[in-house]
Amino acid sequence: MTTNKQKGWKEIPKGGLILEAGNSEKYETGSWRSLRPVRDENKCTNCLICWVYCPDSSIIVKDGKIKKIDYDHCKGCGICAAECPVNAITMVDESEFRNEKTEKGGKK
Amino acid sequence: MSKNTVAITGNDAAAYAIKQINPDVMAAYPITPQTALVQKFSEYVADGLVKTEFVTVESEHSAMSACVGAAAAGGRVMTATAANGLALMFEIVYIAASSKLPIVMPVVNRALSGPINIHCDHSDSMAARDSGWLQLYSENAQEAYDNTIQAIRIAENMKVRLPVMVMYDGFITSHGIEMVDFLDDEVVHNFVGDYQPNNPLLDPEKPLTYGPLDLYDYYFEHKRQQAEDIKNSKPIILDVAKEFEKISGRPYGLFESYQLEDAETAIVVLSSTAGTTKEVVDEMRAKGKKVGLLKPRVFRPFPYQEIAKALSHLKAVAILDRSDSFGAFGGPLFTEIRSAMMEFGKIPENIDIIYGLGGRDINEQDIEGVYNQLDAIAKSGKVKERIQYLGVRE
Repeated sequence: MTTNKQKGWKEIPKGGLILEAGNSEKYETGSWRSLRPVRDENKCTNCLICWVYCPDSSIIVKDGKIKKIDYDHCKGCGICAAECPVNAITMVDESEFRNEKTEKGGKK
Repeated sequence: MSKNTVAITGNDAAAYAIKQINPDVMAAYPITPQTALVQKFSEYVADGLVKTEFVTVESEHSAMSACVGAAAAGGRVMTATAANGLALMFEIVYIAASSKLPIVMPVVNRALSGPINIHCDHSDSMAARDSGWLQLYSENAQEAYDNTIQAIRIAENMKVRLPVMVMYDGFITSHGIEMVDFLDDEVVHNFVGDYQPNNPLLDPEKPLTYGPLDLYDYYFEHKRQQAEDIKNSKPIILDVAKEFEKISGRPYGLFESYQLEDAETAIVVLSSTAGTTKEVVDEMRAKGKKVGLLKPRVFRPFPYQEIAKALSHLKAVAILDRSDSFGAFGGPLFTEIRSAMMEFGKIPENIDIIYGLGGRDINEQDIEGVYNQLDAIAKSGKVKERIQYLGVRE
C-alpha cells in the first residue's frame, strides 16, 4: 500500500540506507494482515503469554495488564491465538472490519 | 616522448593506474583476459608498493560482495573482471550501484559464453548497461590508464557516488603492447585525493543500515534517485576530464569526434575498432572522401542529445555494434543512437553493423566497405538492409 503521507524520492536517504537506529516502529505493517486477532476481555486472564510470543511486539501491556493490540504493526500471524491457554484470542477475517476505522483512522 | 613513456600492455597500464590510485581494498578473481592485470597488481601488493588490502576470493560473486562490504565500511575499493566473471557477479553489480557505492572496476571486454570463447566482444559490459553503473569505453592502453584514474574522481564525487566500469578490448588492448604515457605517482595521488567516506558502516557514533528490505512503497523512489544521480554525473564527467587535461595534456569528453564536422557519412564505433577506423578515415580523406568517425567514450550515462546533434548533419551513418541484442531491433549502440536521433528533426539514414563477435577480426577493408555502402545509401537514399552482420560466413 502507498499513501500520500509517505515521502517522495527527493526526501528519503539515498541507496535505501537507514540512517536512524531503531526506526522500524515507524514502518506500519498492519496492512499486511488478512486475519485480525480479537481478544475477549472476559476470558483473558492477563497471563501475558501472548505478549511473550508476539514476534512484532504488538501486545501492548500497561501495569501488568494487556491494554490493547497494536493493529498498526500486527501482521496477523496468529501465534497469540494459538498460544493463548484460555482461547481468549480469535482470528477474525479482516473483511469483517472493512467498514470500520482503525485507531489512527482511514487505513482499512 | 616524455620520460614516463613506456611500452606496455593494456592490462599492465590499468594495473599501474590502480597502483598509483592505491585503493584501500581490492577484491578480485582472475579471469582471461583480465588475469594479467590482477596478477600484476598482486605483485605490487606482495612487494609492499601499495597499502591495499588484497582480498583473494573464490569467485567473482564473492569479489563484488567483498567490494560492496568494504565500500560500505568506508574504503576506496576497486576490482576488475571480464565476461563470465562479470556475469557471475551480476547480482552484486546491481547492489553496488543501488547502494551508491563508488567502486571502480576495469572490465576487459570478452565474449560471454556460450559457446565458450575468450576473445573480445562487448556482450559482457553491454549486458550490464542497465545495472546503474557508469560506463567508460577505452580505445587503447593509454585511454584505459587515463579512464581508470578519472573514474575514481567521477565515482567518488558526492553528487554522483556511483560505481564506474572502465572497458577496454580483451587481448587487442589488454595484451597488445603500446606506448603509454604515465603520470607521476604524486600527480595521480593529488588528482584522486584522499578518500572521503559517505555514510561509512563502521562508525559506532552513527549506526546505520545498508541493504534493508525495500518494498513496493519505497523501492520505486530509490530507483528514481538512481536515475537522477546517473543523469547528473554527465557534467561531473566533463569537469573531471578538464582537470585531467591540465595534468596530462590529454583531452577527454563524452565522445571523440574524428573528422566529423564536415563529414557526409560517418561510423560510430566503440573502443579499439575506432583506432582502426581512424586509419581508414585518413586514407579515404586523402582520396577526397568526406568520411568521419564518432567514438563514444561514455555509454552510461548515454549522452543522447550531444551524440544526436553531432550526427545530425550527416547524410548517412553506420553504427557498429560489437554485441547483439538478440530479438531487438539492432544492437545496443544502434538502438540508443537511433532513439537519440529522434531528438532532432533531421535524422540521417542509418544502419546497424553487428561485427567482431567472439574476437572475429575486423580489418581496414571491412571498414572501407562500410563507408562505401554509406556513400551508396547517401546517393540513393535507400537502405537495403537496416541490421547487418559483418564478417560472418553465410
